[in-house]
Amino acid sequence: MADRPPAEGDRTAAKAGDNRPALSLHVPEPKFRPGDTVDFSHIEVPEAGAQPRPDETTDPKDMRDFAYGLIRVLGDDHKAHGPWDPKLDPETLRTMLGHMAMTRAFDERMFRGQRQGKTSFYMKCTGEEATSVSASMALAGDDMIFPSYRQQGILIQRGYPMIEMINQIYSNKGDKLKGRQLPIMYSSREHSFFSISGNLATQTPQAVGWAMASAIKGDSRIAATWVGEGSTAEGDFHSACLFATVYNAPVILNVVNNQWAISSFSGFAGAERATFAARGLGYGIASLRVDGNDPLACYAAEQWAANRARANAGPTVIEFFSYRAEGHSTSDDPSGYRSAQERDEWPLGDPVMRLKNHLIAIGEWDEERQQAMDLEAAEYVKKTTKEAEANGILGHGLHHPFRTMFEDVFEELPWHLQEQAEQAIRERETKFPGGLDL
Amino acid sequence: MIEAINEALDISMAKDPDVVVMGEDVGYFGGVFRCTAGLQEKYGKTRVFDTPISECGIIAVAVGMGAYGLRPVPEIQFADYIYPGLDQLISEAARLRYRSAGEYIAPMTVRSPFGGGIFGGQTHSQSPEAIFAHVAGLKTVIPATPYDAKGLLISAIEDNDPVIFFEPKRIYNGPFSGYYDKPVQPWKKFDASIVPEGHYKIPLGKARLATEGEELTIIAYGTMVHVVEAVCAEKGVEADIIDLRTIVPLDIEAIEASVKKTGRCLIVHEATRTAGFGAELSALVTERCFYHLEAPVERVTGFDTPYPHSLEWAYFPGPVRIGEALDKILSE
Repeated sequence: MADRPPAEGDRTAAKAGDNRPALSLHVPEPKFRPGDTVDFSHIEVPEAGAQPRPDETTDPKDMRDFAYGLIRVLGDDHKAHGPWDPKLDPETLRTMLGHMAMTRAFDERMFRGQRQGKTSFYMKCTGEEATSVSASMALAGDDMIFPSYRQQGILIQRGYPMIEMINQIYSNKGDKLKGRQLPIMYSSREHSFFSISGNLATQTPQAVGWAMASAIKGDSRIAATWVGEGSTAEGDFHSACLFATVYNAPVILNVVNNQWAISSFSGFAGAERATFAARGLGYGIASLRVDGNDPLACYAAEQWAANRARANAGPTVIEFFSYRAEGHSTSDDPSGYRSAQERDEWPLGDPVMRLKNHLIAIGEWDEERQQAMDLEAAEYVKKTTKEAEANGILGHGLHHPFRTMFEDVFEELPWHLQEQAEQAIRERETKFPGGLDL
Repeated sequence: MIEAINEALDISMAKDPDVVVMGEDVGYFGGVFRCTAGLQEKYGKTRVFDTPISECGIIAVAVGMGAYGLRPVPEIQFADYIYPGLDQLISEAARLRYRSAGEYIAPMTVRSPFGGGIFGGQTHSQSPEAIFAHVAGLKTVIPATPYDAKGLLISAIEDNDPVIFFEPKRIYNGPFSGYYDKPVQPWKKFDASIVPEGHYKIPLGKARLATEGEELTIIAYGTMVHVVEAVCAEKGVEADIIDLRTIVPLDIEAIEASVKKTGRCLIVHEATRTAGFGAELSALVTERCFYHLEAPVERVTGFDTPYPHSLEWAYFPGPVRIGEALDKILSE
């Protein structure tokens, strides 16, 4: 049986006489570790404006280069260049900058809140603001968002009340999710923002299903989903690509490549072999790779994909090439696995600074107004945090009545949950006779 | 039973334009078991369509469709193939209402042929109902007659919670006595198979008393209801045979009333024994009826092995195993 491996006893002999080369396993390793000097010169950064802009109905077969290139609009001169320039008016650009500044101020305050013990957990999106704020500005307000956990910028852009976000983070009595979800796992049907799952990439095929439903019903709304580059390793992402292409679903699959999945660099999701945008090509999906720290390029790419979906021309995969400037979450310490220099050396800069400099370069902004905006954002977040704290912080007892634990498992309460709820009430009465809200 | 399921789908689709049917081979071909035959022709390709071979994708897409406002009825061709979709069922569909505090729901009915007895080997024979019973937020339905299949399926589709609807494929074409070498009697020869036309519902969570008797209570569902009936008839045992119909929600009242009456309880299912749903039933009966029991609660189940192909009838909890348990429980 030539195709059978030799039995254990024969293996050494077979190996000794074997002139075939020994095989070896490749285990990816990031270029830099703590203490290393960082050199990002291997990252190809094309000139802003150098990329052509194909028609939105272009056949994916003719779009290979867009999955390997990098769409950029803002150049080193802080001016907008080329056919991808979305030509936004200054007021819209200032609004975009305002949402990004607000997102950053919010992250700052919530991060501190976690450190002060007001909640268990928080996740910043520092450096990735454009991938959510700019992208969602290119969508209609009733297009359905299937977010991952780092798209707080979308809620801020869509005008979701910030106090609701903080109530959710503090799991207090004002939390409309009744304290059931991890902090930052928001949900708002009113703002077409789907409930966030803790399991990764599960929302991507769900977004495709929603988009298919919209098409089945002859609706005009499209769906967009966000997933991290690490999570593209999940089978769900591939199911999403397959269903999206098979049914030509009006959906945008946004992949935020922030280079790190906790401590695993993007190589463990396959980045050494292909770009994440190129994942779409194999499925026959239009695929764009975009400078994720260029707010105008993010807007333009999302707008292109939205137009494509609305024209029934099919789905799009967008890779936002970005960098996670902070830790994965408040539970993470990036100094343990990556060089502290990386953040400063990142060749694509900071999205907020780039947009600010652009507005200044076109004479529509200045440092004083920026400072005032930052201050105003910080003050607003501070004031809203105080209001939310009046509803309680995690672990201080001001949460939803505990009987709500048994609600919403099913539409109606079945007998076994009714019995367990009664048990919980007895326990509560024993612990706090006549005391806390039941 | 196949016709009853087809009718239930037809009636539901006619009544509600938001009901869509999807799955491998369900469209033009009408399903490998023909349960969806004729539906695509009648309701069009956007309401009845084939899918890629991706159980994860099928269930995830149904979650998204449910969130939109549709009532998807995805088919998983065999229950054995449901595992790639488990994360979407367990972490997503089952918890969506809870985690969003009612903002989003997944009103879907996952249909899937299940159980053994057709020489399907280890990948076309399993009974994974206990996995779903363990998950908060899922309802699990298992009909045993065509009448029930139709009424329960209509209820499941109209239900606002995600439902797993397991169709015992051994009894798709007729009831099964447990003797594999006896010819199958088609459903139409049995009174129980009379399926009324039009829309009717059987509530989820209400058991059916298949036969009435004083000697003991037998709790079963799916194919095993018929096997138990045949064995009792053969042995002249007069039992309350409770066909659960749904295991979540469970009709605890029917179980309690019957066991308190008879004082003896036998639980029969086809799935593997350890941590099977029979264990839950046994615990419930012991907790609630202990002082009425005259004998220990017994379980008859499949063995704790994968479902073997050539030795299928040695695995199957057939008349010998059930008969032995009956002798034991009635002699105590």
